[in-house]
Amino acid sequence: MATQEWKFTTKDIAEKPDLFLSGHRACAGCAPTVVLRLIMKAIRGPTIVTQATGCMEVVSSIYPYTSWAVPWLHTAFETAAANASGIEAALKALKKKGKLKHEHVDVIAIAGDGGTYDIGFQALSGAVERGHDFLFVLYDNEAYMNTGIQRSGGTPKGAATTTSPAGTAIPGKLEYKKPIADIMVAHEIPYVATASPYYWRDLLAKVRKGLEVEGPAFLHVLAPCPRGWRSDQAKSIEYSRLAVETCVFPLWEAVNGQYQLSVASKLIALAPQKKRPVTDYLQGQGRFRHLFTPKNKHLLEEFQRVTDERWQRLLAKCGITAKT
Amino acid sequence: MSAREKGWKEIAPAGVCSKPSITFLTGDWKTYMPVRDLEKCTRCLLCVLFCPDGAIHWKPEKSDIEFDYNFCKGCGICANECPTKAITMKVE
Repeated sequence: MATQEWKFTTKDIAEKPDLFLSGHRACAGCAPTVVLRLIMKAIRGPTIVTQATGCMEVVSSIYPYTSWAVPWLHTAFETAAANASGIEAALKALKKKGKLKHEHVDVIAIAGDGGTYDIGFQALSGAVERGHDFLFVLYDNEAYMNTGIQRSGGTPKGAATTTSPAGTAIPGKLEYKKPIADIMVAHEIPYVATASPYYWRDLLAKVRKGLEVEGPAFLHVLAPCPRGWRSDQAKSIEYSRLAVETCVFPLWEAVNGQYQLSVASKLIALAPQKKRPVTDYLQGQGRFRHLFTPKNKHLLEEFQRVTDERWQRLLAKCGITAKT
Repeated sequence: MSAREKGWKEIAPAGVCSKPSITFLTGDWKTYMPVRDLEKCTRCLLCVLFCPDGAIHWKPEKSDIEFDYNFCKGCGICANECPTKAITMKVE
């Protein structure tokens, strides 16, 4: 397919019909639904969406209603990527037999952090190793929100969840967040990127790029969940901005393994005084409330230190010399 | 089979969601509703993009936006993200 850079204005996007329809049963202030709405505005033609079990599957397909205006297939928690490879293989076979009406059909697999980091990982790893042409979108709300906020591989260290409650025994989750996007780069696939809904232009462009590349593409989108993060429902999009501004969730893309910072993060790399302390991001999130007590001060410092270390490592990968 | 209930042959097969969710109104969930100050609004359309429920529509023929209170859940993201603070949340 032609890879011409896709140009669009805000009006173009606003005028596009919603393919993720209103009337879904997500909580008020749900950022994953914003992510899905935006993603569906970036598709380029006939598209099939397959989705693993998770919040977004549950809220969008309560029988007999569906929020999807595109062909959509629900699958088990662990098999979003396996399903996508099956769809892609079937499309290839139909095309070979001349039974496919369209020249090309895009396949998008969508899963949450549980369905990607933990349960769906081996299916994803296998599917990208086999080189199927699909885009895998991970909407990361940092816990199993659908079943009641249990910790996942994507939950950051120190976050209180129902299976890692902050109290006298432990101060929230004890383990670090798994760098899933880096793991996907290590699979040597053509396109890996991170995105945040606040930087929606960046997100849309990355979805389009992921669809355009030949072969598997992986997109990691941070999607704040006001219910699970115990934050204000009006601030979901604000947190997706703060995560980028504090470098907790930097935006980058890796094309054929070559790391490159995206605009929002590049500006911070070029002007380090713009980098905000992580407390700006953690404040107001109930799941991190205990970190602000005097007894847990060291955890807050550790959070900042680890964030800085990860940021420096990313800068090194992007070939940017760190400024102090 | 009673007269008011449908039998298994009439309903959609299991696993097939047959109705678009736009027929399911979620507007009655809200406590607060967004109200726009027309003077302050610059029609930047950020609220259209950031609305989780697709409840703010861009009407090109009127060059204006319109709230769809049938779907708005009153989360307040539009009011929080509005660059000119043209949207305020009022008790419904």
